[in-house]
Amino acid sequence: MNSHLRKDLDKLKTQILNVAACVETNVRKSVKALRELSEPLAEEVILYDREIDEMEVNTEEECLKILALHQPVASDLRFVITVLKTNNELEHIGDMAANIAKRVFYIRKERHIAIPFDIETMTTRTIYMLKSSLDAFISGDVMLALGVCEDDEIVDQENRKCYGNIEAAIKNDSESAMANINYLLVCRSLERIADLCTNIAEDVIYMERSMIVRHNLDERISELKDKLRG
Amino acid sequence: MMEKNKMKISEKTAFKTDDKDPPKNGKDYVVAARDFSVYYGNFHAVKNANVSFERGKVTAIIGPSGCGKSTFLRCVNRMNDLVDSCRTSGELIFDGINIYHPRLDIVELRRRIGMVFQRPNPFPKSIYDNIAYGPRLAGSIKKSELDGIVETSLRRAALWDEVKDRLNSNALGLSGGQQQRLCIARALAVRPEVLLMDEPCSALDPKSTSRIEDLIDELSGEYTIAIVTHNMQQAARVSHYTAFFYEGSLIEFGKTETLFTSPQKQATNDYITGRFG
Repeated sequence: MNSHLRKDLDKLKTQILNVAACVETNVRKSVKALRELSEPLAEEVILYDREIDEMEVNTEEECLKILALHQPVASDLRFVITVLKTNNELEHIGDMAANIAKRVFYIRKERHIAIPFDIETMTTRTIYMLKSSLDAFISGDVMLALGVCEDDEIVDQENRKCYGNIEAAIKNDSESAMANINYLLVCRSLERIADLCTNIAEDVIYMERSMIVRHNLDERISELKDKLRG
Repeated sequence: MMEKNKMKISEKTAFKTDDKDPPKNGKDYVVAARDFSVYYGNFHAVKNANVSFERGKVTAIIGPSGCGKSTFLRCVNRMNDLVDSCRTSGELIFDGINIYHPRLDIVELRRRIGMVFQRPNPFPKSIYDNIAYGPRLAGSIKKSELDGIVETSLRRAALWDEVKDRLNSNALGLSGGQQQRLCIARALAVRPEVLLMDEPCSALDPKSTSRIEDLIDELSGEYTIAIVTHNMQQAARVSHYTAFFYEGSLIEFGKTETLFTSPQKQATNDYITGRFG
């Protein structure tokens, strides 16, 4: 391979891994800030998100440079396109972490209530999906990526449960409405992170197998599984 | 005059191979190779190739030097007949007949399958005479008719506006890019069905290359074009189908957009991404 392209692709990989590491750290911190209702930690998450935004722009510029200067094809093209998309998903995940952190300030102003959803299941599963989707990207592991796609349903179920719990809690105690609504927004952000991790996993499948599995996900995943077994 | 024992391609009943026609898949193939091999002495230059040129489409042939791509292209209008040690096996079918049938009229074949080479090779004659050469050979023709053919051919080759006021000037005075378009116009003058191009832009500057690529685009549809190129981006830009040859074997053949985004073979991926070759 052209050594200029090789160098630029290596540099791009390092860049996207840095974005991924920062986003993962910020998501973990935002969950910690929520559990502890820690304003300083929440503040840190919000500030750090601005750095992530800047890193996202730099990574996108690097992708555009490679496309313009090297016109990559085949596996190299798929890699650059996957980085371009994953970079965008990661930036959105960063925004969700910042959203969770912002809720900490509102929740602290309200009367203390118990968290109205299974935060353990929700955060553990979401962070596991984030970690798995990034591991799948780094190692090109299609099976791991498929697992992420399947896990999304667990987080969706928790989100639906949370909605029901909060609806009931507000009916019973209207004074807790604001705190509950803020928790609902937190739950929604976690569910959104899981969706974005699924997008990354789908991009990994495209990168490795040239298959666009978005939409009709179940059908395409079972088709891909059959292929992998075959 | 044509020798008596030579037969025109139009008299294809003598050679027709209906029972072995290539699978059509709903496509209209003008040229189809079936287990086609080429040997130079003991060297197996093209190994059992199966590749087809769809009517009105552009097929690019890519691969590293010495992979057999030019050899294959040259076989399509029997240019390799000039090489003593060259022999072929398998079938190369054009319009239902085997190109290597011993009684095939090669002059007729080369009228219907034109060729443009790497370096522009105009005759040391006027621009007009270069274009008129083929039609004159084909038989007596009126001056007014010949004028029409010259103009039409030069227009199709996007050269008319640049040379219409100096048709009697020597063709060797044209720039490299103009000479190559003149060669294309000369090929078009005898109304071929297929145009073979063997690295037609490798001796040209970027602007002339771009004009030839535009021309290929304009001619596709009306003509079936096969182009050998070392320039992968050019293959991606101009062709509908791409064939990748490596060490004499056809490794992969398919739609250009698929081959350049999701090649099915690792060797294709490695070659087009520059990992070897």
